[in-house]
Amino acid sequence: MAPAIPVKKRPKHLDLTKIHLPLPGLVSILHRVSGAALFLIGIPFLLWVLHCSLANQQGFDGWRDTFNHPLVKLIVIGFLWAYLHHFFAGLRFLALDLHIGISLPAARASSRWVLIVSLALTLMFGVWLW
Amino acid sequence: MVTRVVVGAHYGLKDWLAQRVTAIVMVVYTIIFLAALVTRAPMGFPEWKALFTHGVMRVLTLLFFLSLFYHAWIGVRDILMDYIQPTGVRLFLEVLVILALVAYTIWTISILWSA
Repeated sequence: MAPAIPVKKRPKHLDLTKIHLPLPGLVSILHRVSGAALFLIGIPFLLWVLHCSLANQQGFDGWRDTFNHPLVKLIVIGFLWAYLHHFFAGLRFLALDLHIGISLPAARASSRWVLIVSLALTLMFGVWLW
Repeated sequence: MVTRVVVGAHYGLKDWLAQRVTAIVMVVYTIIFLAALVTRAPMGFPEWKALFTHGVMRVLTLLFFLSLFYHAWIGVRDILMDYIQPTGVRLFLEVLVILALVAYTIWTISILWSA
């Protein structure tokens, strides 16, 4: 009889509260999360706004008034961040595909820049929108 | 005789490329749209409508949305492949996503061409 294969006790780090992601990992998962949010809510919302605002003057004025509500502004700024993060993280992935900046220090630096630039632009557009 | 190699075949290469091409289309459109928005601000309804009914802009906008929907399909399918293990559930969700995206495409065309 063949000896039983010993089952190794391997550590499993599937506890999300214990996983500490390095910056490139954080940019990557946020790229996924922002993409999912843009698909689930962003696209239908965008089409709805476009539908009403292009239909007639009343629809246009209606959305202009809605966007003046502070809570709506906050939500829009949230989605603006999702778009900007997805945008810049995507550009970073395109660069990585072309073997640009694939060394560990460069990849860490570019992931930091993705976070900084998307947050800074969100803040800038956010202040402008407010 | 057809020989198919499961590993190392080009499965996914087309989608991988499409995801990147559609991304670049969206980047270019975003820049064009922002430029149009900034140069025409502040906008009222007539200017807003004129922006989207302008011949070139209407086609570019449709191209943007078609790219967006194809891009979204590949991305959402990847997410479903990663997290939804039961084949039946995954297939059901994938069909829902496809139906939504096809409906969005029809909606987009109707918005842009009835404006």
